[in-house]
Amino acid sequence: MASVSIKKLGVSFGSLNVLRDLDLEVDQGEFIVLLGPSGCGKSTLLNAVAGLLDVDAGQVWIGGKNVTWEEPKDRGIGMVFQSYALYPRMTAEGNLTFGLRVARMPKDEIARRVDRTADLLQIKPLLGRRPAELSGGQRQRVAIGRALVRDVDVFLFDEPLSNLDAKLRTELRVELKKLHNQLNSTMIYVTHDQIEALTLADRIAVMHGGVIQQLAAPKEIYRRPVNRFVAGFVGSPAMNFLEGTLTIVDGAPAIRIGDVTTGLAGYDFAAAPVEGRAVVLGIRPEQIVLADAAAAPSQVPIDIHLIDPMGADSLLWGTVGSDTVSVRIGPDDEYTVGDTVAGHFHPDQASVFDAGTGVRL
Amino acid sequence: MSAGDMTLTDTEAEARWGTQPGGVKPRRFSPARLGIYGFLVISALFFLIPLYVMIVTSLKTMPEIRLGHLFSLPGEVTFQPWVDAWLNACTGRDCNGLHPGFLNSLKITIPSVVVSIIIASINGYALSFWRYKGANLFFGLLVFGAFVPYQVVIYPLIIAAREAGLYSTLAAIVIVHTIFGMPILTLLFRNYYASVPIELFKAGRVDGAGFWQIFFRIMVPMSVPITTVAVILQVTGIWNDFLFGVVFAGRSNWPMTVQLNNIVNTTTGVREYNVNMAATILTAAVPLAVYFISGRWFVRGIAAGAVKG
Repeated sequence: MASVSIKKLGVSFGSLNVLRDLDLEVDQGEFIVLLGPSGCGKSTLLNAVAGLLDVDAGQVWIGGKNVTWEEPKDRGIGMVFQSYALYPRMTAEGNLTFGLRVARMPKDEIARRVDRTADLLQIKPLLGRRPAELSGGQRQRVAIGRALVRDVDVFLFDEPLSNLDAKLRTELRVELKKLHNQLNSTMIYVTHDQIEALTLADRIAVMHGGVIQQLAAPKEIYRRPVNRFVAGFVGSPAMNFLEGTLTIVDGAPAIRIGDVTTGLAGYDFAAAPVEGRAVVLGIRPEQIVLADAAAAPSQVPIDIHLIDPMGADSLLWGTVGSDTVSVRIGPDDEYTVGDTVAGHFHPDQASVFDAGTGVRL
Repeated sequence: MSAGDMTLTDTEAEARWGTQPGGVKPRRFSPARLGIYGFLVISALFFLIPLYVMIVTSLKTMPEIRLGHLFSLPGEVTFQPWVDAWLNACTGRDCNGLHPGFLNSLKITIPSVVVSIIIASINGYALSFWRYKGANLFFGLLVFGAFVPYQVVIYPLIIAAREAGLYSTLAAIVIVHTIFGMPILTLLFRNYYASVPIELFKAGRVDGAGFWQIFFRIMVPMSVPITTVAVILQVTGIWNDFLFGVVFAGRSNWPMTVQLNNIVNTTTGVREYNVNMAATILTAAVPLAVYFISGRWFVRGIAAGAVKG
């Protein structure tokens, strides 16, 4: 078991600053997901923790030891890559044992570890095969095994499921979660898939532009995003954003969207709302209720444009003023395209961002 | 194809190469196809005529050659010219035929090929994966080296060899061939390793393998196709070399090409055309055999590495 702490980390490629002054504390046994779009620096951060690239500033500590300048093998880490990165000329067993053989571990100890790992991942029948003779899911199992067999404290995953088809991805995701519960080791997991992030993580670090935007539990990230980027990146379909202006009506905060004004009573403003401030109201598609008017105090009129059946539920697409919104509705709900309906929502479930800075108010 | 799919395995390459393009089978005989094949057959015949003349001449006796019927088949087949070319033909004062040259060529080619490929593969590996300081400059110089005309550097090389006490030795010619093979071979290996996913290298680092272990245990086993190309290039190039052989090897180490020249250009006595033809075919036999045996591999290897940037 080991904690990981990243202190004021800076990495640049030439004149391009990929990471700047980045701090991250990962508790031992914690499953942290680094989530962000391509080029946000999440893989760079992972490689820096692994010791696969030189950092320009700051330190990396693993298990209470400063490993900033240690070789990858001396950091007590195991790593799993997106492309599996299995050695093509070795069998699955050869792949598992390569690191142990390099370290000149006794043969019986190697055999014991391979046995244990193969049992855990159910890859025993595959041990004699070459990577080319394995399917994608089997390859990734072997790659995970290669990290497990090293008996390390910290596991690093670099988009391990991105190359698999949807069904396999779900299966392996569940297995990874089980594995984490069994091993209780520290895991840092890079992905751009928010479902993976929301399902696997103890805490998610949402990254953008080389900076951690928000570090919090998945529910918190989903419910109370700290800025418009996090709000828009997490959640599918994406959060609806309605541009408007803050006003005070009868002493209570309200928002004016086009020529409609609706109350925001109950929203937990970080600072007292200022009359006339340009804001963006964020509401998730499932937080808008069309049918039950009594349930939600605030409402906006929605012009219906399109209904998307998605199986378990349907998506209703429409507009509020000039902004497009989506609403999650029941699969059997009947609405007519072209109608205008009232969309009800609870202000305490919504988010309000400053229109200029995008910061949550 | 995404970068993630690039795990290089032989069976995948096999599958890709083995796949025939689909679609409607073209009609067997169309005028265009007939024209194309007609042209190809005529071209092939045209280029094969000299070989035909060489073979029939080498099987004729001298009196028959003097009749001047260049294209006629030998009236009386004799293998004596081949025996003479191998054992008795005179190069200057020595009349031992070509066989000492054949042995010399082997002694030059084998170590040159082995040494140059070992060094170039390490170069290419280091340039692709380790990106040390000045790697780009080093690579730029190497590529530039591929375009330097040989004649320009021969004189400085002679002086260097003399100063090192190696002039006219086997070592000198092996070193020269190694140096001149370096730019193109390094380029070949670098580009091949550049197509290997970097994650494979990272996995090796995480597994604790160092510079040499990653090279010998991960990269070398994957390098069969490109090594085949390198061997073919070097064997044919070095075997066919005349210039370096005559300059650096010294009389006792002259390769087959130099001895062939001496046999053919001998100025005393009768010109034995049949012996000359046999000697020429013998000299060309090794590179020809290499091409025939490994042509398939050559194309595959070139496609695997050389043209990819």
